[in-house]
Amino acid sequence: MKKTILGELEELVLLVVAASSEDVYGVPVMEQLQVLTGRSFTVSAVHTTLYRLEEKGFLSSSVGGATAERGGRRKRLFALTAAGGRVLLDIQQMRQQLWQSIPIGKLELLGL
Amino acid sequence: MRKQPKPDNFSGAHPPRWADRLLEWFVAPHLLEYVQGDLQELFYKRVEQVGPARARREYVWGVIHCLTPFFQKPLRREIAQPFSDYPQPAQTVMLRNYLKIAFRNLAKNKGYSFINISGLAMGMAVTMLIGLWIYDEISFNQYHKNYKDIAQVRRVYTDPNIQKTFGTEAMQFPMRAALKSQYHHYFKHILMAWWVSDYTVSMADKKIQKRGEFIDPGVLDMLSLKMLKGNYASLDQLHSIVLSKSAAQAIFGEEDPINKNLKIDNRIDVVVTGVYEDIPRNNRFGDVEFFSPWDLWVASNGWIKEVENEWGNSSFGIYVQLLPHVSIETANAGIKDFYLKSTPKETAEQSAKYKFGVFLYPMKDWHLYSELKDGRPSGGRITFVWIFGLVGFFVLVLACINFMNLSTARSEKRAKEIGIRKAIGSLKNQLVQQFLSESFLVVILSFALSLLLISIALPWFNQVADKALSLPVESLLFWAISLAFIAITTFLAGAYPAFYLSAFQPVKVLKGTIRLGRFAALPRKILVVVQFTVSIILIVGTIVVYKQIKYAQDRPVGYNREGLISVPKNDPNYVGKLDVLRSELLNTGVVAGVELSSSPLTAVWNNVGGFKWKGKNPELASDFSITEVSYGFGQLVNWQLIAGRDFSRAFATDSTKMIINETAAKYLGLKNPVGEFVTFYDGKQTRQIIGVVKDLVMTSPYEPEKRAFFFLDANYKSASQIDIKIKPTVSANAALPEIEAVFKKIVPSAAFNYKFVDEEYAKKFSDEDRISKLASFFATLAIFISCLGLFGLASFVAEQRTKEIGVRKVLGASVLNLWGLLSKDFVLLVIIALGIAIPTSRYFLTGWLEKYTYRTEISWWIFAASGAGALLITLLTVSFQSIKAALINPVKSLRSE
Repeated sequence: MKKTILGELEELVLLVVAASSEDVYGVPVMEQLQVLTGRSFTVSAVHTTLYRLEEKGFLSSSVGGATAERGGRRKRLFALTAAGGRVLLDIQQMRQQLWQSIPIGKLELLGL
Repeated sequence: MRKQPKPDNFSGAHPPRWADRLLEWFVAPHLLEYVQGDLQELFYKRVEQVGPARARREYVWGVIHCLTPFFQKPLRREIAQPFSDYPQPAQTVMLRNYLKIAFRNLAKNKGYSFINISGLAMGMAVTMLIGLWIYDEISFNQYHKNYKDIAQVRRVYTDPNIQKTFGTEAMQFPMRAALKSQYHHYFKHILMAWWVSDYTVSMADKKIQKRGEFIDPGVLDMLSLKMLKGNYASLDQLHSIVLSKSAAQAIFGEEDPINKNLKIDNRIDVVVTGVYEDIPRNNRFGDVEFFSPWDLWVASNGWIKEVENEWGNSSFGIYVQLLPHVSIETANAGIKDFYLKSTPKETAEQSAKYKFGVFLYPMKDWHLYSELKDGRPSGGRITFVWIFGLVGFFVLVLACINFMNLSTARSEKRAKEIGIRKAIGSLKNQLVQQFLSESFLVVILSFALSLLLISIALPWFNQVADKALSLPVESLLFWAISLAFIAITTFLAGAYPAFYLSAFQPVKVLKGTIRLGRFAALPRKILVVVQFTVSIILIVGTIVVYKQIKYAQDRPVGYNREGLISVPKNDPNYVGKLDVLRSELLNTGVVAGVELSSSPLTAVWNNVGGFKWKGKNPELASDFSITEVSYGFGQLVNWQLIAGRDFSRAFATDSTKMIINETAAKYLGLKNPVGEFVTFYDGKQTRQIIGVVKDLVMTSPYEPEKRAFFFLDANYKSASQIDIKIKPTVSANAALPEIEAVFKKIVPSAAFNYKFVDEEYAKKFSDEDRISKLASFFATLAIFISCLGLFGLASFVAEQRTKEIGVRKVLGASVLNLWGLLSKDFVLLVIIALGIAIPTSRYFLTGWLEKYTYRTEISWWIFAASGAGALLITLLTVSFQSIKAALINPVKSLRSE
């Protein structure tokens, strides 16, 4: 099986979509990212990532309602797929393993 | 600022239209709706949060970020379809093909490629050098953050007697207080200053000459200096000094200078309280190496203290910084009538009589508009910025013309290629693209070469132009401008050939019936004429500038400056020791004489008005330049007496006598000036004229010398310069150490800083010298570039007519005939160019020369010489090719086919 590699931004975006209760589109994802990381992202970066995740099968998308402030344009709404959920779990598991393999007391030694 | 109530629906704020257009044009349709919707939604949110201006900027930024291949790709959603009709965008394939063909063409015609690339590279190098120079000039004084708000206070006044307006930057001491109390609502800083000058800074035995400025402490803040040690309050103590980094290093080396004691001119004690980063050279204060408080200067100079409340003495500078919301116009309007409103009654009355006006001379104009007319800034370096800008542009145009000429000249060779391309379906548009990409390639190569040329030429250019320029390779702006420059040059050089070549008709071309008619070469000829016109104008200009300098340099100066050096007498310990100094110096045997004067020979420091004399027209201005000299001064500098006698110790009353120069003698209008009396402005003191000397050129060598009086200063009261003449038989290198030793012995506290009078005199020509060198540099390049083009063109014509030449030779034409045949056309073009260039250059140069009172003529031989020179160069260039063609064995040229 082809191993799927997720970049940092991809992982973050996937998590943001997973964390939201409804389907989301570009702007809320971007704002959420900004709040969480304190970094600023451009619309284009977020869109690119969302589409890439969809292409990989981790997100699915549908066309949503238009509002006046968008000049009557529709939204593309994204939702997590089963494959997306699985890859998140995989990543978490792998991280967990790594965390557990840190020798006890090592971080304390560094004064953390 | 008050908060504006916000309208409900932000009807005023829209995303920039052009950005939307860009987005709609670029982004693939299936993605556009969603991304544009998101961008706009965000935009309106941001309008509310940060206001429309910033939101708009962010919108543009967001749009620019969308210009990536991702958004341009065709339907990604149907990616399941593995193959598309075009595996790669067709555009890059064609572009690569264009570039490949271009490279092959360049490699095939090495000679043309060389001419094209090197010519263009040279043109670009010159243009970029000039660009750097102009940038440096324009950014003068912009190191200071507040440069837009800083200004110097100046005054204009009109002499009611002669109705002439003058200006001065010298102000009265009480003006500062008056400005501070009554006009403080305009200014953040009002700083009183002495003039930037050289001082001896000493620590124990170490003495160094440093340029410094005594000015109110706010200067550190006003000039936004970068303080490496200390802060903007560092000058608040009376006895403080703030050094530039390099000055601190020169004095203290690696030691920490803070709190160290120094002495200025061996009499003013100061403590180092700060160090600032050196101000770059392209700033007015760029040569200042230390700042010290104005109050300290006042405390150290009794006479200034005396004029503290004196409105009659104007000797000081005042710099101001405006408050942030005040414009220079507002402040100017406010202080215009300062003298009428804010001075004591008497001064105000006097001011009204002389129409005193005050205005602010903004820092941004100090450099580019440094020439004053009627007391107000009117021009200056800005002229050179324009001239050199034009020259740079023309040199680039010359190089581009070469490119165009060579491309169109070779068009017949490429006609077949164009025909075939068109026959298999190339659109005209695509051919234009092809040729533009070819010129793009050439321009890129030339650009790389020109960068190399610039880095080689920069040190030399810096020296000639007296600048510290460098290629700002780490600046993003530089590369952005370079990119634009490349694009412009590509278009300039490539557009005409591209449209010309792509317009060929395929049928005619392929049938071989294309005849480029009689007028096909006309644009090419016009271009050659333009090239040579510019070159000839530059040659004539160079010769005239050179001749003008030579003329002024050869002007008789009225004294002998050979072996003359002057040492400033700026240490209190000189007093009473000058006679000893003289006899000791004479004892060394290397010195022919030592005398004293109140100003150096190459300047006039003192102008006094109000003199009266017998038969004076009351309307006549009455100011004369005054120099006070010691007894043997005249003999030392070898001035030439026309009438009367020199000062002499034999006459006890010589202290009340004076010697005048020739101009003054004429000005006084007396039949026999010797023996006449001149009365001073107070009406009591008089001086008798005992001698008339030939004019000594002390100020500008381009202007008639000012009327001057020389007074005798028997006991060195006003002496500021020690003038020493080294014996002609002794070399300066041998004499200087001996002289220095004597100075060290007699006045150990003084620094021995000498200046050669002839060098100081030569400095008066530095500006003109610089222009002359730069102009000849540009002229040479222009000629060279033009010749390169001509060479290429001539070789092309010769090649094209090989068969014709062969036939002519077979029929009996001589080499000379053929040479004439081939050269005639070009010579004709150069003659036409001469006809245009001569009147044009004559017109402009007459204007330039009119600036100088003492000027050379534009004589006919200049035009003759430059015309002959241009013809000669043309003939040489063309002959090489035409003789080569004429010498070819006709058998060879006719045998083919």
